[in-house]
Amino acid sequence: MNSNFLRNDMVLMAVFTLVVLTMPIWLAPIGAGYPDLLQKIAIYGIFAIGFNILFGLTGYLSFGHAAFLGVGSYAAVWTFKLFSMNVVPAILFGVIVAGLFALFIGYVSLRRSGIYFSILTLAFAQMSYNLAYSVLTPITNGETGLQLSQGDARVLDHALGIAQSGLPTPSFFGMEILGWSGFYVCAVALIIAFFFALRIFRSPFGMALKAIKSNQNRMNYTGFNTRPYTLAAFVVSGMYAGLAGSLLAVTDPLAGAERMQWTASGEVVLMTILGGAGTLLGPLLGAGIIKYFENIFSAYNERVLHDVFSGLPNGLEQIVVSFTSLFVGEGWQLTLGMLFMLVVIFLPGGVMEGFRRLTKLFRRDGPQSPAGAAQPAE
Amino acid sequence: MKDLTTSVNRRSLLKATAASGLVLATPTIFSRGAWAQNFANDPTNKSSVTLGFNVPQTGAYADEGADELRAYQLAVKHLNGEGDGGMLQTMKPLALKGNGVLGKKVEYVTGDTQTKSDAARSSAKRMVEKDGAIMITGGSSSGVAVAVQSLCQEMGIIFMAGLTHSNDTTGKDKRKYGFRHFFNAYMSGAALGPVLKEEMGTDRRAYHLTADYTWGWTQEESIKNTTEALGWETVATVRTPLGAGDFSQYITPVLNSGADVLILNHYGKDMVNSLTQAVQFGLKDKMVNGKKFEIIVPLFSRLMAQGAGDAIKGILGTTNWNWSLQDAASQAFVKSFGQEYGFPPSQAAHTCYVQTLLYADACERAGTFYPCEVIKALEDFEFDGMGNGPTLYRGADHQCFKSVLVVRGNENPSSQFDLLKVVKEVPAEAVTYDPTIFGGELGTCG
Amino acid sequence: MDAFVLQLLNGLDKGGAYALIALGLTLVFGTLGVVNFAHGALFMLGAFCAVTMQKLLTLSVKVKDPGVTFFDAYKEIPYLEVWFGDTGKAVIDYAVPLSILLAIPVMLLIGLVMERGLIRFFYKRSHAEQILVTFGLAIVLQEIVKTAFGANPIPTGAPDAVAGSAAIGEWLGLGAAVVYPWWRLIYLAFSLAIIAGVFSFLQFTTYGMVVRAGMQDRETVGLLGINIQRRFTVVFGVAAVVAGLAGVMYTPILPPDYHMGMEFLVLSFVVVVVGGMGSLPGAVFAGFLLGVLQSFASMTQVKDILPGIDQIIIYLVAVVILLVRPRGLMGRRGVMES
Repeated sequence: MNSNFLRNDMVLMAVFTLVVLTMPIWLAPIGAGYPDLLQKIAIYGIFAIGFNILFGLTGYLSFGHAAFLGVGSYAAVWTFKLFSMNVVPAILFGVIVAGLFALFIGYVSLRRSGIYFSILTLAFAQMSYNLAYSVLTPITNGETGLQLSQGDARVLDHALGIAQSGLPTPSFFGMEILGWSGFYVCAVALIIAFFFALRIFRSPFGMALKAIKSNQNRMNYTGFNTRPYTLAAFVVSGMYAGLAGSLLAVTDPLAGAERMQWTASGEVVLMTILGGAGTLLGPLLGAGIIKYFENIFSAYNERVLHDVFSGLPNGLEQIVVSFTSLFVGEGWQLTLGMLFMLVVIFLPGGVMEGFRRLTKLFRRDGPQSPAGAAQPAE
Repeated sequence: MKDLTTSVNRRSLLKATAASGLVLATPTIFSRGAWAQNFANDPTNKSSVTLGFNVPQTGAYADEGADELRAYQLAVKHLNGEGDGGMLQTMKPLALKGNGVLGKKVEYVTGDTQTKSDAARSSAKRMVEKDGAIMITGGSSSGVAVAVQSLCQEMGIIFMAGLTHSNDTTGKDKRKYGFRHFFNAYMSGAALGPVLKEEMGTDRRAYHLTADYTWGWTQEESIKNTTEALGWETVATVRTPLGAGDFSQYITPVLNSGADVLILNHYGKDMVNSLTQAVQFGLKDKMVNGKKFEIIVPLFSRLMAQGAGDAIKGILGTTNWNWSLQDAASQAFVKSFGQEYGFPPSQAAHTCYVQTLLYADACERAGTFYPCEVIKALEDFEFDGMGNGPTLYRGADHQCFKSVLVVRGNENPSSQFDLLKVVKEVPAEAVTYDPTIFGGELGTCG
Repeated sequence: MDAFVLQLLNGLDKGGAYALIALGLTLVFGTLGVVNFAHGALFMLGAFCAVTMQKLLTLSVKVKDPGVTFFDAYKEIPYLEVWFGDTGKAVIDYAVPLSILLAIPVMLLIGLVMERGLIRFFYKRSHAEQILVTFGLAIVLQEIVKTAFGANPIPTGAPDAVAGSAAIGEWLGLGAAVVYPWWRLIYLAFSLAIIAGVFSFLQFTTYGMVVRAGMQDRETVGLLGINIQRRFTVVFGVAAVVAGLAGVMYTPILPPDYHMGMEFLVLSFVVVVVGGMGSLPGAVFAGFLLGVLQSFASMTQVKDILPGIDQIIIYLVAVVILLVRPRGLMGRRGVMES
């Protein structure tokens, strides 16, 4: 049984790695095969996978995870400014700072559960956002966002004699992080992050977290102190958010306060639930879907639609175009809202549930698809 | 699909070429021929050239963004020789021939900035990386403009800013690849000064309510400098959170502060709300120190005036352009826009339309799309016939210097669009300043 | 002293709006156990009832402006004014109060349709899924309003008779400088009246008593042969009406736009939770408390000591209260704690 699981997981990791690395090829036909969107999908995928470690496993619904993403971004950009343009210290620093911040907020917030916990995390994140936007401008550069400038110290780079004319670009030991190389850095990070998540899901620690979700009281009654476990899960997921945040800074060295707004925290909740909370792959799928809508659906305008429907007779084309344009371009959020409703109405358990049903349809008695192994939220 | 790879920072072409051999991963089918070009998205071998229109389509500025998009579509039509030509009939000097730009048909792609830096940069990157856009333009807030401008600098793509009023855009955060036609907070102050003196005298006490972020601060500073130079006293400057909604807790202290002028450094929804509520608290009809209490909104637009309704009547402010201007250029633009869409263009639409034409004209004059040459063509370019009188695109900071309109909310509008009345057209000389006062560096090209 | 009185009024006024929105939200939590992220959208829809009413009343004869040639610019003279003169004008002037008459049936209908058509399928689903579906619904409602009315705020003024300020300074002996807008006083009184109405409905009618009993123990009430479900549906309708009326009356203070619901959504959740889950008095009390604290935190004297405090006060208070009192001010044990 156990070795069987292991083999399955190795297959899963191999397939996952292959699928992620070939994203530029198989996503190209639907217009998503360009670096920025793929970077965003990978980064928000990491964010959602990390969020799911807390929410999917323990059931604690944090509404303030964007704060860790934002803090990670700020930490990474400050590393670029003060020390070096190398991405390794930036990522490390981003993850550590976000982890410490998560430790503090988690320690306080986990004293409460249920919706009280959600509102505590929300409150901390909103305070971070509001302060970063206004009073903390000397540190965050407020509305404009923290950016690199030519006059930055970059102590390490100067000491090592790495000089650049103009604004420097983040680099991985000499390899500049631009476009595709940016995507591959994110992709590797995503694969590693996924691997760790998989290990956590399968570990005794993960089991304990699931037990907390199913009945925390009973766990407590048996003398099992749940707090260290939930706090550990909180910090780990905060570090995932920090990783995502520093990768945002690595691929595009700018950190803005709006990354910490409640809408950003809400977005990762939506990604996770849309894909399937508690499943391994769901959050990544949810992140991909939402980012795809945001970037591709919003880009359709009437001219593009006219091209798409040019085969139709003239009058009909006009009607079809005017109708469709309600759902794309400036109407992309309408489509996204309807998608949320449809998925949750017809597929409780998110998109992964859809896959599970499909596999069931084809293999009535076969084993469950490994990706859908965990049960849906709550 | 070849365009996919052109997200290259021109500065690091060589390095990237070296690196791409090393990068395990850039699949060869995507990189074929990519590094052979000497600038991003070179349209030389194509029959068309693609412009990227990056405007807010969702969020509070969606209507303004929609108007910007209309103006862009109109500009593309005119560039391609369709329609009545709009300002191509009035622009002087004019190199464009109405056959596209450098003989290439103008195409465009659109995107949603959501008035968020991240989303705006993502959208701009998509246009450059996927759609092969050679120029990005648009936007409705300074935060977004500054963010996209610095991105464009990194990518080697020219950015023609849309509506952005902060001094920073062409001051502290100016960039070689970024250009702004719209006016700024400093100019608002300089233009308002004489009018304020004339209408309200030199013995006034001003109270500022300021949106608590960079644009608000630069405007507060500019207006404060102007009014204090007039001899006004500044009673207080109070910062308000962005999107506060209800401003009552900031307005009531004004009542007993002894101030007789309220200056609202707010834009968009904040301005609509704070003005509506200030009027509700009776500030418009109040008498203080034996003088009539006055409210000033240094920057406003017709769309905002529409949102504020009756509250805007009689309020002084500045604007970049208004459709009621009677010069031939403005009339030509209002005619094309009005006949196309059935209503007059906003100031945001005007600046976006003009920016597109200016870019296209610069390419035509430069004889190439190569950004560094286009930048040279734009720098210190003097033109007329674009609705703001003789204008200079100053090379030192990429800011346009042109006349500024001081306007007043119309007391008795003759139609639903007749909301602003031009009080004074302040000539460019009166609002020109030394480019060094805001610091910042343009950086380099190539 | 003057400043204190004025800020107290500001706070109570804000608090009135917070309390009204939070009241409906907590009613739905308490009865149906549903986390309704579309509640802010109901507030917004209420405000647009006022906009619609105003548009209906100002349907106009369009007199073309001869000075404008390139497009149709016209001066609008409402039919009501043409037909009925000053009487017509007066009716238009009272568009906002009149739209209460429109908002009550419309919002009740929207509430009932929403509950029967969507929410009832989600009683037993996880809170996460309730959030996703109601958030999706909120976006859809919002986008529909945006398509119909645009994104720009729409001015909807208070009647002229109450557009000015009340001389409360003279009433209280504080001097003539202390004035407060009539409409804001009306809003405060209105919110108190609605709150009182909802409480007496729950407290003093048999219907309300059954609902309260159902909130405490749904199964037992069900076993008694009472169709508690139908009553809860009605409660959802009532919550929608309360949110809608809060929106209608708020329009002269805040010119409505399609996004206003989202801005109040987070705040109303904070209010409900600070008040304590499942507690109606808690929600009302927390609403007023947070409103008043927010006003006082915005005073320059306070901001000089604690810069930026007005930006975070609500959240700071929420954190402190939740850490001191585990279930908010008046929350019940076990409600939404897992």
